Amino acid sequence: MKIHEFQAKKILKDYGIPVPLGRIAKTPQEAGEAASEIGTGRVVVKAQIHAGGRGKGGGIKLASSPKEAEEASKAIIGMVLVTHQTGPEGRKVEKVLVEEATEIKKELYLGIAIDRSQNKEHPVIMASEAGGMEIEEVSSKNPEKIIKVDADPLVSFSGFQGRKVAYGLGLEKPMIAELTGIIGKLYQIFMEKDASLIEINPLVITEDNRLLALDCKMNFDDDALFRHPDINELRDIGEEDPLEVEAKNAGVNYIKLDGNVGCMVNGAGLAMTTMDLIKMAGGEPANFLDVGGGASAKQIEKAFRILTSDDKVKAILVNIFGGILRCDRVANGIIEAASNIDLTLPMVVRLQGTNVEEGREILKKSSLKFEVAEGLYQAAQKVVSFAKS
Amino acid sequence: MSILLNQDSRVVIQGITGGEGSFHAREALQFGTRVAAGVTPGKGGMKIEGVPVYNRVIDAVEKEGVNASGIYVPAPFASDAILEAFDAGIKLIACMTEGIPVLEMVRVKKILRGSGTYLIGPNCPGITTPGTGKIGFMPNFIHLPGKVGVISRSGTLTYEVINQLTALGIGQSTSIGIGGDPIVGSTFVDILKLFEDDPDTILIVLIGEIGGTAEEEASDFIKNRMQKPVVAFIAGQTAPPGRRMGHAGAIIAGGKGTAEEKVNILKKSGVTVVNNPAQIGVVVKETLKERNLLFEGE
Repeated sequence: MKIHEFQAKKILKDYGIPVPLGRIAKTPQEAGEAASEIGTGRVVVKAQIHAGGRGKGGGIKLASSPKEAEEASKAIIGMVLVTHQTGPEGRKVEKVLVEEATEIKKELYLGIAIDRSQNKEHPVIMASEAGGMEIEEVSSKNPEKIIKVDADPLVSFSGFQGRKVAYGLGLEKPMIAELTGIIGKLYQIFMEKDASLIEINPLVITEDNRLLALDCKMNFDDDALFRHPDINELRDIGEEDPLEVEAKNAGVNYIKLDGNVGCMVNGAGLAMTTMDLIKMAGGEPANFLDVGGGASAKQIEKAFRILTSDDKVKAILVNIFGGILRCDRVANGIIEAASNIDLTLPMVVRLQGTNVEEGREILKKSSLKFEVAEGLYQAAQKVVSFAKS
Repeated sequence: MSILLNQDSRVVIQGITGGEGSFHAREALQFGTRVAAGVTPGKGGMKIEGVPVYNRVIDAVEKEGVNASGIYVPAPFASDAILEAFDAGIKLIACMTEGIPVLEMVRVKKILRGSGTYLIGPNCPGITTPGTGKIGFMPNFIHLPGKVGVISRSGTLTYEVINQLTALGIGQSTSIGIGGDPIVGSTFVDILKLFEDDPDTILIVLIGEIGGTAEEEASDFIKNRMQKPVVAFIAGQTAPPGRRMGHAGAIIAGGKGTAEEKVNILKKSGVTVVNNPAQIGVVVKETLKERNLLFEGE
């Protein structure tokens, strides 16, 4: 789960990591008031959306008075911000963060993520003197500029790990202890809150030689949210695709894509494979949809509703490998769902596995229009030809 | 004729009194698995499908001589269940539970490292040795005893592949789903090592997917250490970057972990990579023929 910059900064602050003075605003008037309250003269107005690259898209503006802050907010609040991370449709801005402006001497990068590679498989602290840039860009162009320190949870955090980073970045004496402290606290947040990624980018050295977290991104492990009600509360559903939210609530795993062939599959690997087959047959998948290894008739119906509410979808492929879930039950579920929601789109159903003959028989006898396919590839070819006709 | 799960395996099912645990205990018994005990704290003394239930794994070890475990407990308690089985000295642990927090698996993995215990999963379909037994979700009817080893990060896609093999009369030595999470117990490399050393496995089918570096590490091992032929398929060629494709581990992040990259590396390591997933069984058969590994009647 992703959270907003202002929420992440609140967590940093709670753990004692220095962040700029700031206020959140939902209207230009509130932004003006926030600027007066901050009282530093110059402020930065930052759009709060779950995507990076906001500055280039016009989502971050500098203002030298409360009046200017209000003006800047007028331009930002309500705008559809398009960045390299939002996709072409962009994201509507609902709130801005008004913050004191900072005199920057140097920009650093500090982050923690889990390194999944062999013989690591633990959190890794990453730092770079190339702050402000995307870390992937630094890692592909100048990998030597990234300092990586293993943070094995069985070892816990030890001061030397912080010093490894701080001296590695070439910091001067008073800041060594300060950065070591910040890294220790960041690691504590990562472990205590079950984060999957934390980035302070940039972590700046100010003109008066202080360290300050100027921007922060935090992602959390969805599977651990059950024990972090405080984090779960920070979820902003407005940032998520409404269809994906609906699917999640129904226990269905759905991701919207750009094509016109809808697909419904049980199991994530088989769902990805089905998308690949559609592409191979000359079509474009409209979605990824996994109804789960043991889908119920109710979930199948919900899945159909979600699929058909995307108007781009021109044909549907159902691909179910019945294991514990029997094909005859799946077939009955499909027929029930299709009649309940008045399904008119052409559909190809491919069943395989337990009680497959009975399942196919049930589908063939029904009055609804299905094409029943036996082979994987054959099913994909059929559904693509329907989508094109 | 197998790896990890064999004639000597006596299985304990942790979480046997739950809906999934009891259902899969029954399925496993029907498949011929020696399910010798179940464990649910607080339910000791019961019997499920005629199998005695204990409060602790250690009791099941002492009284029933179990040496393998299948875990079906809910996610918040699953990593504790893994550690309990490990503490009791069990050498094969398959954890089917989905949704264990990643940082818990980080700890578990560190604790198990170097111990000689094989953890399969979590979030996996488990392990099946046709003709001998199974732990996990794989449907009973798809398997056929034989000499092809199967390893996969997926669930239903694995059934699909096994089904293709069986339909062509190609049997399997052991089939293992290693799971779709970012951190899993046994990796492709761990299992490939076992298949390479198993005299009864003649070819390995590897089913990978986008995300992480497990396939790249497997390629490296195949290239440097393996003699046996490997046929592979990578799911997710059309997956967009930055989106988690169902499995927590299946995500293209920072331009890394794409299907294309994985396919290229596998090919360079001498692996036969199948482009069309409907053809995996057929390609395995052709490869066996080319290498004169087909036997009478196959």
